[in-house]
Amino acid sequence: MAALLNNSARVALRSGVSATSKAGAAGLTFARGKATLPDLSFDYGALEPSISGKIMEIHHKNHHNTYVTNYNNSIVQLEEAQHQGNIAAQIALKPAINFNGGGHLNHTLFWENLAPKSAGGGEPPSGALSKAIDTTYGGFGEFQSKMNAALASIQGSGWAWLVKDKQTGQISIRTYANQDPVVGQFEPLLGIDAWEHAYYLEYQNRKVEYFSAIWDVINWKTVEKRFS
Amino acid sequence: MAQHTLPPLPYAYDALEPIISKQIMELHHQKHHQTYINNLNAALAAQTTATNSNDVPSLINLQQKLRFNGGGHINHSLFWKNLTPPGTPGNDIGGAPALREAIVSRWGSHEAFVKAFGAELLGLQGSGWGWLVSKGGAKGRLEIQTTKDQDPVNSPDVPIFGVDMWEHAYYLQYLNNKAGYVEGIWKIINWAEAEKRYTAGVENPLKL
Repeated sequence: MAALLNNSARVALRSGVSATSKAGAAGLTFARGKATLPDLSFDYGALEPSISGKIMEIHHKNHHNTYVTNYNNSIVQLEEAQHQGNIAAQIALKPAINFNGGGHLNHTLFWENLAPKSAGGGEPPSGALSKAIDTTYGGFGEFQSKMNAALASIQGSGWAWLVKDKQTGQISIRTYANQDPVVGQFEPLLGIDAWEHAYYLEYQNRKVEYFSAIWDVINWKTVEKRFS
Repeated sequence: MAQHTLPPLPYAYDALEPIISKQIMELHHQKHHQTYINNLNAALAAQTTATNSNDVPSLINLQQKLRFNGGGHINHSLFWKNLTPPGTPGNDIGGAPALREAIVSRWGSHEAFVKAFGAELLGLQGSGWGWLVSKGGAKGRLEIQTTKDQDPVNSPDVPIFGVDMWEHAYYLQYLNNKAGYVEGIWKIINWAEAEKRYTAGVENPLKL
């Protein structure tokens, strides 16, 4: 099964949500790079036993891809509304853009801050980030407990993030509802998906076990890069 | 103080198959619903303590826990009862003449209502519920309403029937195909119960 699901080819260029605008012939048209589903840098089964291959496959190929598709659809509608100067329609599209664009951003960041054990997953942070965690939380274990408590406290679907305050440089744990992305004052460092689809096939209602197991596949190298 | 307890299902765990699997029903009832009840009882006990010591900050802090867990208990209690095994008399909309007439007069046809209800449910972002609601009391204006997370339908509006749109309600069977779940749910809606709620309202579903 793992061989069939091999998806290790990492694309050099993630198109993400980057947009390029060009003036068209009439000066009105607008060409844009579409958001696309990024490849994973590991096999679907590579995070087992923390996250099963089946969960990873559905989560990536179906859930994440649906956010990408719906985000692109929303942007097409937004462009039409802008073209028509229809302000009401543009405002009405905001929730769909927030939800689907947020879903795309969150999952893209999530895959990148995960890694199989064989690729360093679960190896604790070092350097400046490690220091910041010690200073803020009194130790790595204490930080993990606080993050787990935050995850368990989410009422409904959502995410918990370790974030950096852009003004003060300080780190903190914040939870976000549904697919609300980390934007504005805070920068995302480490995200953990607390939607039921992220764990239900393997853990069912025992979400606390998922929150505990995921630490074995956190890619702290990625988190350190985001922090610095 | 009287503790809230898990209400028994009005049918067997496997009775809603093939629309909802036995495994989902067992987990949903014995684990998820039970957890809301446990946390509601804990929040109520904490509230009593805080009330006795006149601890207003704690009382305020408890409100969200009460809303979420009390809502979870209310919503699931209503949900179990507004479902019925497929092919049973309760599942025949003919048993809901007043409600059917109101639906047709509001949406033009039963099919149009089913379509609108499905679209509303599938548009929900995140966890929540879809409801057919009678506004302001029994025999009121019908509305399709979604509530987020475990927010309940607030009195005096009457929840005629609810559909749980949390992923735990369908994921083990339908995975990301929630449209399949929404389509199937009509085969197990309890129209007899819906008619009762529409014409007579809902008693406190958590009466101890």
